[in-house]
Amino acid sequence: MGMLLEIKDLSTYFNTEYGVVKAVDRVDLAIDEGDTLGVVGESGCGKTVLALSIMRLIPSPPGKIVSGSVVFNRVDLLKLDNGNMRRIRGKDISMVFQEPMTSLNPVLRIGDQITEIIRLHMGLGRREAVNRAMEMLSLVGMPSPETIVRNYPHQLSGGMRQRVMIAMALCCSPKLMLADEPTTALDVTIQAQILELIGKLKKDTGAAVILITHDLGVIAEAAEHVAVMYTGQVVEYASVESLFSRPLHPYTVGLMESIPKIDAAGGRDEYLKVIPGMVPSLHNLPQGCTFQDRCPHTMQICREEEPQLKEHLPGHKVHCWLY
Amino acid sequence: MKTVLIDIQGIKKYYKVRGEILARERASVKAIDGVSLRIYRGETLGLVGESGCGKSTLARLILRLDLPTEGNILFEGEDIFKLSGTDLKGYRKKVQIIFQDPYASLNPRRTAGSTIGEPLLINDINDPKGRALEVARIMDIVGLTREQRDRYPHEFSGGQRQRIGIARAIILKPQLIVADEPVSALDVSIQAQILNLLKDLQKEFNLTYMFISHDLSVVRHVSDRIAVMHFGKIVELADNQELYERPLHPYTIELLSAVPVTDPGRKRRRLMQEGEITGTGDGPGRCTFYRRCPARLEICNKNEPVLKDRGEGHFVACHREG
Repeated sequence: MGMLLEIKDLSTYFNTEYGVVKAVDRVDLAIDEGDTLGVVGESGCGKTVLALSIMRLIPSPPGKIVSGSVVFNRVDLLKLDNGNMRRIRGKDISMVFQEPMTSLNPVLRIGDQITEIIRLHMGLGRREAVNRAMEMLSLVGMPSPETIVRNYPHQLSGGMRQRVMIAMALCCSPKLMLADEPTTALDVTIQAQILELIGKLKKDTGAAVILITHDLGVIAEAAEHVAVMYTGQVVEYASVESLFSRPLHPYTVGLMESIPKIDAAGGRDEYLKVIPGMVPSLHNLPQGCTFQDRCPHTMQICREEEPQLKEHLPGHKVHCWLY
Repeated sequence: MKTVLIDIQGIKKYYKVRGEILARERASVKAIDGVSLRIYRGETLGLVGESGCGKSTLARLILRLDLPTEGNILFEGEDIFKLSGTDLKGYRKKVQIIFQDPYASLNPRRTAGSTIGEPLLINDINDPKGRALEVARIMDIVGLTREQRDRYPHEFSGGQRQRIGIARAIILKPQLIVADEPVSALDVSIQAQILNLLKDLQKEFNLTYMFISHDLSVVRHVSDRIAVMHFGKIVELADNQELYERPLHPYTIELLSAVPVTDPGRKRRRLMQEGEITGTGDGPGRCTFYRRCPARLEICNKNEPVLKDRGEGHFVACHREG
């Protein structure tokens, strides 16, 4: 399998009144064709900015991609002019946003929203586009697509709207789909259906998926590779098996330990292990490793010099001085 | 010996839906449709269910923020819907709530100290100096520093704001705390800190919790007993261990199978029915889970099952378990 997307040294900064915020800081990542890469981290770690940087949707000002390259199919997206980027966005690379409630246009019928993309990118006529839209809707498991295309978003439930979003993302047979917390706003049973759907469609169409989430359970179920992000940096990268069987970075270890487990009852005296403190403000990150104040293994060097993302086990990279 | 703190008896809450202007009959949404439940002193009762199942409506009724269509709630043997005046004010001191969204539930124009101390002011407890001392003491207990007393909500992180909400809830030394999704809006690493704090407070103040959540792992971690709600009804109620190890209701089984586990080697086979969770709209006399149930029987279409004890406090509303 060939490499589909290679991100090298990508940095996206935001200018704010308090100074420059490094939302994405020197990120290197790659994804193969047909792979699912999970990106996990807490709010503010740069997951969404990473996805928006790939799509070149960073609002500028205040944001700016300051360095790096995003090579998709041997083309550096960051060097494309707007017209060419627009031809890729929505067609070869598509995106599913977190909130199905707010990311659909409330005053347009579902059919119009889907056919817009199809007509734009595939040059189909109205009639054919509607047929394609209905085909996509039934592919994502929507009952009676001929009614749905005439519905407005408010007439659909959250799970149905998310299916519409996925149908829109898939209608031009993308090579890469970015899914930003696609199931966070949904109930667990609907979440399970949506994850299953993404997995099935991926198999059928061969598209690669970047799955952004804060939920390690979702990662364990749906991803093949995982990147853990903290303060704009990738601190660990591994296959999903390797990450869960041998988490290396103290932050990853802490995250895994702090989740309540469904297969163990917590007694009165059962306390969760916690990561002390909180994520440092991106305005004044400490010198050296950004996890130093919360880490149980902090050493002198962690306060002085920043570690590099290095391969410690085969295919398992970590950004920490311990290794 | 367990003593009953709050006894919910056959509570119903219907909301009228406005139909066409001249339509004769208005439809009603049965947010809560006959819930009976006892919460014992000192326990944590977990309440799980998906959005729209009536969890929050039940919380609102317990707090007397809303009146039921039918049924009673007894708190220490007294009907809370008959209280008024000083008695009602007294009840509100004993029952407090922690809200889900620490961003929306704090007044942005009040300092942390003034939010935390307001319940004392309203109930006319202590003089200003005594109140300030009490606020400082409670802030210390929930892990906030004294210097943070004069700060405004926007200066705090999500976890700290939730600590403010908790401080405000415990300052009157209540007996029952209804925690409505208290950690859902928080990041994983902060969620663990708040869950631990809630456990500490329970021990220190001998609190009773009704812990509402859609997250089955969190509920498993904190609860002694768990009630599963589905379309305004409790479909299963059992001890923590019992419910997770021997779930009886098909809906509970489906819910449990849908939770993603953090173990990539063990991809669970999901027991998932296709299709959306639609409104009941089935008319009376049919099990609310009928259309999605993989194990439905003929009787389920005609007779709505009632919640029955299957031994050792494991209650389930299902014909198959009859």
